[in-house]
Amino acid sequence: MEAVRRVISVVVLNEAQVLARVSGLFAARGYNIESLTVAPIPETDMSRITIVTKGNKRVIEQITKQLHKLIPTFKVIEHEEMVEKELALIKFPIEESLSDIQVLCQAYNGGIANVGEKMVIGMVTDEPARVKHFIEAAKRYSPIEIVRGGVVAIER
Amino acid sequence: MKMSGAQMICEAIIAEGIKTVFGYPGGAIMNVYDEIYKQNKFEHILTRHEQAAVHAADGYARASGEVGVAMVTSGPGFTNAVTGIATAYTDSIPLVVISGQVPLSLIGTDGFQEIDAVGISRSCTKHNYLVRTLEELPRVLKEAFYIARSGRPGPVLVDVPKDITGEIGEFFYPSEVNLPSYKPNYKGNNRQIHKAAKAILEAKKPLLYIGGGAVLSGAAEIVRELAWMTQIPAVETLMSRGVMGAKNPLLLGMLGMHGNYASNMAMSETDLVISLGARFDDRVTGKLSEFAKYADVIHVDIDPANIAKLVDVDYPIVGDIKTVVEKLIPLLKEEIRTERYQVWRDILGRYDELHPLLYNDSDEVIKPQWAIERLGELVGEQAIITSDVGQHQMWAAQFYPFDRPNQWINSGGLGTMGFGFPAAIGAKKAVPEKTVINITGDGSILMNVQELVTAAEHRIPVINVILNNHFLGMVRQWQTFFYDKRYSETDLSYQPNWKMLAEACGGIGYDVTTKEEFDAAIKDAIAQDKVAFVNVAIARLENVLPMVPSGGALYNMLLEHKEEK
Ligand SMILES: Cc1ncc(C[n+]2csc(CCOP(=O)(O)OP(=O)(O)O)c2C)c(N)n1
Ligand SMILES: [Mg+2]
Repeated sequence: MEAVRRVISVVVLNEAQVLARVSGLFAARGYNIESLTVAPIPETDMSRITIVTKGNKRVIEQITKQLHKLIPTFKVIEHEEMVEKELALIKFPIEESLSDIQVLCQAYNGGIANVGEKMVIGMVTDEPARVKHFIEAAKRYSPIEIVRGGVVAIER
Repeated sequence: MKMSGAQMICEAIIAEGIKTVFGYPGGAIMNVYDEIYKQNKFEHILTRHEQAAVHAADGYARASGEVGVAMVTSGPGFTNAVTGIATAYTDSIPLVVISGQVPLSLIGTDGFQEIDAVGISRSCTKHNYLVRTLEELPRVLKEAFYIARSGRPGPVLVDVPKDITGEIGEFFYPSEVNLPSYKPNYKGNNRQIHKAAKAILEAKKPLLYIGGGAVLSGAAEIVRELAWMTQIPAVETLMSRGVMGAKNPLLLGMLGMHGNYASNMAMSETDLVISLGARFDDRVTGKLSEFAKYADVIHVDIDPANIAKLVDVDYPIVGDIKTVVEKLIPLLKEEIRTERYQVWRDILGRYDELHPLLYNDSDEVIKPQWAIERLGELVGEQAIITSDVGQHQMWAAQFYPFDRPNQWINSGGLGTMGFGFPAAIGAKKAVPEKTVINITGDGSILMNVQELVTAAEHRIPVINVILNNHFLGMVRQWQTFFYDKRYSETDLSYQPNWKMLAEACGGIGYDVTTKEEFDAAIKDAIAQDKVAFVNVAIARLENVLPMVPSGGALYNMLLEHKEEK
């Protein structure tokens, strides 16, 4: 069976240990995590964890079932029709061309987030594959540091 | 009512109807032990090791079908308990384990006897809690018992910091839990059940594959009815021995690595597997791609994650075995044609005649299989049998005539040596009217031998039948077959004096080398009403057969008994 990339959202009770339960499950059962983001869901006592993983059909099915089995799990969404976005921040030396960087960031749904004495910080928000392209393209401006935010997704 | 956290724990145990708690005190749990001292509603048995306390609670749970409770202190008390918790976890046994923890203010400071109990136990509990406030303690206790026994049962750990057990607060034990994210599905999907019924009616070679879930669900009676009404043959796993009843003509036997020929062939040739609470463990399936190769699969399990985990399933049914089978029966009743499966039953009957479960008995030395059969004749239905792990366990599963569920108690999933004796102690506390016998090995028994003292002190007369081959026999068997007889670290020729060991602790011991002595010892041990060691010298190099070599297909069994030298 062929390994596929999957984005899974898990809605959990926002309580102590819950992130450890989720990430521990992946570690214990040898499932792969490409990215994991977590934040509270506004006006509830729940959190949403978005996980990007890879595995064959049986593994993905097990992942969703095992996640569901955790006592604080309300809902597991294996995304099919989704909007998927990732944030990235990149720091460049101030010597690089500010306008080039700005145009580049804009092409990927972003812009300049901050300019300081020694550096400029660009920000993009786009599909994970496109964020990767952006990072490739940004290489020629000698980036100092790159921070990717992990994927968040919402079903269409 | 106002009371301390420690008192709340005792009140919860009483409210849950627990008669016996097993445990071991220490600093962080002393507040609770102080309250145990002051009450007389439940009994506390002091085992001599925390692992044994958890196994005893486990045996109590398996024999009674209720939740077992164990209590330990923080740090080493808890880590000693982990093997017991993991054993219960792999066999889905409902336990509540209460552990003391260092005071809240010390958590995270590497305090004396501080260890991250919830972190360590996360992957071997169904759920666990670190209690953070006194207010939440009653709710957590209620949830722990509920989670342990509902759905697919399992152990739940409640780790309670010492300052919380010492604090005074208002106690109100909730009558219900409020867990919106946890809703086990018992009912089974009706459409799927209808489809499964149709598949059964259309099959030519259906086979009931009965797992431990049938025991846990209390489904033995209804499963027997299903088999009887449809005349569909059945195989049992190591965990479900007793569900069909040894005398049931539809029972082919146990399947798997040490299953009998007819059972393994039935699985290899069936066209419809009806799996009731089994989980396709690798010790059962052998080579997965050859397992039930010609069959469609109906898989009934309360745990959705068990379904289609290892094999493709055509009729998945998430639900409680008893509930689902109760729904299935009326759908089959009118239409079933039992003669439809006659040819199939005949084939399997011939397989069983061809290679019945056999051994070569001897007049010179006791064969372990003989000892088990004889034990079955002597105590039979009357006894609860626990066991340890190794050859003796397999012989017990193969040759003892189990007649009812909850009669056979063993560590099937984790395979924990040292389980049998403390589990027997727990079982005897739960069902005192039964004779409780632990069938064990000369290796395994030493892994909780200190419990002689517990059993003697509390007059818990369990009988340990040590099938003594002076070997870590099961490992030795693999060395014989797969490692050219290089017996690396499996020779147990150096032995204690078993009789003296038992008697030094206040029990009674017997050394048995002949069949007559065997009978006499068992009968006397039952009459004595004392914890006993019956040390039975058995044929040293006897192997457990049939055997499917690890990773091989089920139909490729080693069958012949040849005498090893
Ligand atoms: C705690 C633990 N350690 C090691 C093993 C591996 N093991 C499985 S069977 C066995 C031999 C058991 O010897 P004994 O109790 O004498 O039983 P026999 O096989 O001789 O009947 C061993 C070491 C285990 N199952 N559990
Ligand atoms: Mg042995």
